[in-house]
Amino acid sequence: MPALIELRDLTITYDRHPAVHHLSGQFRQGSLTAVVGPNGAGKSSLIKAVAGLHKPSQGEVVFHGAGPRDLAYLPQAAAIDESFPISVFDVVLMGHWRRAGAFRPMAGAMREAAASALHNVGLDGFEHRPFGSLSAGQRQRVLFARLLVADCPLIMLDEPFTAVDSRTTADLLRLVERWHDEGRTVIAVLHDFEQVRRHFPETLLLAREAVAWGATAKVLTTENLLAARAMSEAWDSEADICRGAA
Amino acid sequence: MTVVYDWLIGPFADFSFMRRALVACLALSLGAGPVGVFLVLRRMSLIGDTMAHSVLPGAAVGFMVAGLSLPAMSLGGFVAGVVVALFSGLVTRFTPLKEDASFASFFLISLAIGVLLVSTHGSTVDLMHVLFGSILGVDDTSLLLMASVATLSLGAFAVIFRGLVAECFDPSFLRALGARGGVYHTVFLILVVLNMVSGFQALGTLMAVGLMMLPATAARFWAREVWSLIALATAVGLLSGYAGLVLSYQLNLPSGPAIVLVAGGFYLFSLLAGPRDGMLYLILRRRHLRS
Repeated sequence: MPALIELRDLTITYDRHPAVHHLSGQFRQGSLTAVVGPNGAGKSSLIKAVAGLHKPSQGEVVFHGAGPRDLAYLPQAAAIDESFPISVFDVVLMGHWRRAGAFRPMAGAMREAAASALHNVGLDGFEHRPFGSLSAGQRQRVLFARLLVADCPLIMLDEPFTAVDSRTTADLLRLVERWHDEGRTVIAVLHDFEQVRRHFPETLLLAREAVAWGATAKVLTTENLLAARAMSEAWDSEADICRGAA
Repeated sequence: MTVVYDWLIGPFADFSFMRRALVACLALSLGAGPVGVFLVLRRMSLIGDTMAHSVLPGAAVGFMVAGLSLPAMSLGGFVAGVVVALFSGLVTRFTPLKEDASFASFFLISLAIGVLLVSTHGSTVDLMHVLFGSILGVDDTSLLLMASVATLSLGAFAVIFRGLVAECFDPSFLRALGARGGVYHTVFLILVVLNMVSGFQALGTLMAVGLMMLPATAARFWAREVWSLIALATAVGLLSGYAGLVLSYQLNLPSGPAIVLVAGGFYLFSLLAGPRDGMLYLILRRRHLRS
């Protein structure tokens, strides 16, 4: 499978402190990749940069055969104002943005697509409920329904299962696997190594730099995990300002 | 029956300045309703306040150039407001300073310039006029201005509504799909300034924010979707305008504060009795959970 997203010497900084440091590599088309690593390893920064939400300070993200418009992004739960006054159905309809934009009407087929997406995440009959009245797990189901409606070839998930109950996690993981079977490229930031081993064929172990990247079984070894932790701790105490490629 | 008529309808039937004031309130509420609701949703409630103050130096320059001319003062105020919004936006974007802090910094500079200009080139009466407005002195020009701003605002909100709601709810999802969320924010800020300028002639820069924010915060305790919030906030604004004018006429009170205080009454009542997390509701629910 050819590369879909190529990272070229990517450095992402906040206030000149590197979050991701000279990272190169590629996500293949149709791959299902977990991005794991210690806290502050730059996992979220990386997928924000790929999604075009944060500009890299050095290097670039190159798309082959897909544009940024083909990319559906699920932010961390904390990034969404849960008290926002909106109905479940309207949240799901936002998934049509790529086709409907700001002006085109959302009628007929688009509403049916939204209703069937809600059915697929097990939320039949929730259409008119306020988004804020749902539990954390149900809210995540709604956001996955929005991803279903968006129907993008490239899907990026930032900590999709944090604070989500185990049954919802299992249901949503089935959707992720379905996307993989359909040939979509999925990249997810995750914490649970067991979950990664079971469901994600490929893993990028990140500690600002790539510790290992490839088949999950080869990446998630004890040595690699220890190396990642050591690297991340070294970064914290050592020089914080990027001085170019080491 | 006649008592009711004398109280509620008489003032408007008898005096054209009361009718003008009422129409002015209607126009203001139509624009201020959606502006206030989105300010609350974007957690920018206090930014409305800062924008109101930043309009002052522009209005003062307009006054110095053309005297007590509404178009000149409005144009000046609009330019000053947009400049403050623009600089604050740039600072927020390119420095670690947060939006509220950068807005506060620029509005304070702007306000100081405004007070300086007014006190060296005008009289305190003029300053009072700009700060507190005079809805009973609304003339045809200002009425036309308010109606135009209301019309423009409603049209603009219709155009940007979907984008603005989607961008408020989850900006990252839209931006990842390549949508330009910043455009909606910019158009919205311009609408805030426009409505502020439109309100300052009638209510003054300080009170205009009241008619914007209080109906919106009151509506938050009743409605549960953006469109119903806007409808309700607009209705509360209209009612506050009418009731405030009646009270100000009958009890001989200054009209601006009377209108805003009625809106404040609506807010306090909603805070107490609103079914969406109002205080009585919360207390009753706690009792229910205990038993």
